[in-house]
Order: sequence, then structure tokens, then C-alpha cells
Amino acid sequence: MAAIVELIDVRKAFDLTPVLRGVSLTIPKGETHVVMGGSGSGKTVMLRLTAGLIQPDSGQIRLFGTAIERLSEEELLPLRRRLGYVFQGAALFDSLSVFENVAYPLRERRGPSEEQIRARVVRVLGLVGLTEGILGLLPAELSGGMRKRVGIARAIVGEPEVLLFDEPTAGLDPTNSKLVVELIGELRRGVCDTAMVVTHDLDVARAIADRVSILMNGHLAVSGPLTAVLESADPAVQAFLAGDLR
Amino acid sequence: MDAMLRQTALWYGDLGLLTVRVARNLALPPAYLRLVVREIELMGVRSLGLALTAAAFTGMVFALQSAINLARFGAENYVGPLVAMAIFRELGPVLTAILVGGKVASGITAELGSMKVTEQIDALRTLGVNYVKRLVVPRVLAAVIVFPLLTVLANILGVLGGMFTMFVERGTDLYEYWNVTAYWVVPKDFLTGIGKSVFFGAIVTLIGCANGLRTEGGTEGLGRATTATVVQVAMGVIVSDFFLTKLFLMIFW
Repeated sequence: MAAIVELIDVRKAFDLTPVLRGVSLTIPKGETHVVMGGSGSGKTVMLRLTAGLIQPDSGQIRLFGTAIERLSEEELLPLRRRLGYVFQGAALFDSLSVFENVAYPLRERRGPSEEQIRARVVRVLGLVGLTEGILGLLPAELSGGMRKRVGIARAIVGEPEVLLFDEPTAGLDPTNSKLVVELIGELRRGVCDTAMVVTHDLDVARAIADRVSILMNGHLAVSGPLTAVLESADPAVQAFLAGDLR
Repeated sequence: MDAMLRQTALWYGDLGLLTVRVARNLALPPAYLRLVVREIELMGVRSLGLALTAAAFTGMVFALQSAINLARFGAENYVGPLVAMAIFRELGPVLTAILVGGKVASGITAELGSMKVTEQIDALRTLGVNYVKRLVVPRVLAAVIVFPLLTVLANILGVLGGMFTMFVERGTDLYEYWNVTAYWVVPKDFLTGIGKSVFFGAIVTLIGCANGLRTEGGTEGLGRATTATVVQVAMGVIVSDFFLTKLFLMIFW
């Protein structure tokens, strides 16, 4: 199976503080890979490196088979159009309405007509469980759960080949968390079958993961199917999973 | 001290890289002409009152001061050309750039900085949008159009302000004032100032955009970036004015 995302011995430090100390990870097509780790462990850094938003200090990152770590911003654009990124805080454009936010990637591509864009936006909002009634609202008028779902709608409207989720349930109440996790699971059936999800929430991994990696001290301490990770002999991994890691 | 030097070097580096990226992106599609027009309206129309009021009163006060002092040497009839040359060559472009530039650039920094700290710029990047082309290039293009136009209007108001003051305060004959001014002032005086304003427009917006795009540290960082922009715009205009003046004198004198 062709690898969609490949990180090979990736290292990254900020202000001389190492965050990733040689991380290797492969996500083949059709897999949902959940990266877990505590706060500040470097999960989001991994995701941002994968999208080419930041560059590694060393190592190689391949996206759709292309090494991206030396590409310029302009050269990365066509590759980024093939992925969908869901930000922790949704990162909606706050001066644009829900419709304009979701339509944004389609309008930038200048292919479809306004009628086609509207139809596609309404269809995608339906997929994430939102109705046409919110199309004219601004992001500030939405609840946290709705914002997150609009963010997912914006990420999938361009029919990406891989979805990157940054803490999809962070800041949501249990009901909305459950809804978002179910939504991620549903997206695999027909919208986008490959995903990289970073989270600290074990329930998310239980619900959607094909494979799980646990990031600790800048390394992937364990990587594999959830059952294998849960049975890991590493005491630090067990302490993290039990919520006892200090 | 080391940290401060490092920060300064990084700031100039960022500004230089952004300038190169803007130049490289000018020819790339899409043109975003609608955004350029929107920015022209935001920068130009909404800054008109500020630029014209400042120019008119500058011309008035300059004429008043010049008249009193030139009268001591019996040269009061040269107030017209003196005011016109000072306004055309320096005061018009520089004051417009500092006043309008401070307003425009701090607004740009606040807008882009807010987008940066809320990850909206990263969101643009993940959607495959060239954020320099989308956010910076239209602003720079609008500024290099708007600043010369504002400077032309500021020049006119400045000269008229001086003329009005001389008529009211000193009873100068308007026809004579105009004739002496038109005799001594040449197109070069006017055009070098307008030429400078093109550069000022680019410098001001590039500083505003660079500070916005490098904003870090939440709302506090945003406040720091906006304040820094106002100071850097004023300094940028004043310092670059010296070098532009030298350049124009070498080329056109």
C-alpha cells in the first residue's frame, strides 16, 4: 500500500529545546493513525511538519511520495490542496460567514460556478450534521462544537486524500466530543479514508484508530494496533495510558 | 544586547525575504484585482481627510513662519516658491507617508497579526492558498498607487494653504504669489516627491505586513507588534527619505 505520509528520523527543536528527537512514522492509504501524547509532547509539531507548515531540522518528510522538507511555500501549495487540515481551534476566517468559510477553498480554485459551490457547501455541511440555516452566521456566533464541524466541512469540501486532525475533541463537552469522533469515523466511509489524528484522548483512539503511536520525550515510544499499544510492556506507556505519568 | 541585535537582524531578514517574495509573486496568478481595489478604497478614501488636513495646515504654518523670517531680509515675495518646494520635495510625501502610513500599516499589522495568532494564516496555507499573494501583494500594490495620489492632493492643499495664509495674514497679491511660485518651481521638484511616495507606500505596507506575519504571543504580542509598526514606519520613512533624496539628487539634479 502506497504511503500517503512518511516521516523518517525527523528532528525538530525550538530555541535549542528539542521537541522531536528522531521520529519515524508511515501512514499508508486507507489508514487512520492516531498519535497520542501528553501536553507539549510535540504532537501538533508532528502534524504541522506533515503539512509543511514548519520545516524539520533534519530528517525527511514525504507527502504523497514527494519529499517536502526542502520545498518552497509556492511549491508546497499543490500538495497542500490534496490534504485537509482541521485545527484545534478550527481557525475559521472570522470576518467571513460560515458559507464563505466552507466555500473558500472552492472559490480559490476558480473551477466550479457559484451554484455548484453553493450546492457542494450545503452537501458538505449536511455531512457534518449542520443545516443551511447557519450559512449566513459568522464564526463568533457559533458554539465550539459547531465551529469544529464547520472547520471539518472546510477541510473536506475540496475532497482531500488525507485528513489531518489536531486535537479534534479538545475543548468540547462529552456530547460534542462523541459527535465529532463519530463524524471522523463516518468520513472514512466515502469522503476520505486516510487520516492522521493527534490527540491526548484515549477514547478517540479506541473509536477510530487503525494504528496508534505514543509520542514521549521526542520519540514514538510505541506504535501499532491499539490492542498492541494497550499491552505495551513499557512502564512509561502504561503510566501515560493510566493517566499517572508525571 | 546580543538578543536585541539578533532580533534586529531577524527583523531585517524577515523584511528582506518578504520583499523578495512579494516581487516574485507579482507576476504569479491569480491577480486578486478585486482585493487591490478594496485596499485602494480602504487606504485612500479613508485616509483622505487625515492627509489633506495635515497638508493644508503644514502649508499654512510654513508660509507664516517663512513670511516673518524672510521679511527680515526683504525676501518675503519668495515665500511662495519656498513653501511649494518644501512641500513638493519633502513635507508632502514625508508627512503623508508618516501619517497615512502609520494608520494604514498599524491596521495591517493588527489584521494580519490577529490572523496569525488565531492560526487563520496557517489555515490559508493548508488550503493551498499563497498567503503572500493573497494578503501582502494586494496591499503593496494598492499602496504604491494610493500614496502618490494622496501626495499629489496633499501637495495641492499645502500650496493653497500657504497661499491662503499669505493672502489673509500678509495681504499678499495672489496673482503675484502664483507667478513667482510658478517661475521658480519646476516639474522636477514635484516629480521627485511623487517618486519618493511610491517607495514610501511600498516600505510602509511591507513593514506593516512583516510585523503582522511575525506576530507571536497572543494579544499581548499583537499589541507589541502594532506599536512597533507605528515607530518603525516613522523611522523607515525618515531614514529612507535621506537615501531617496540622495538618489534623486544624483539622478535628476
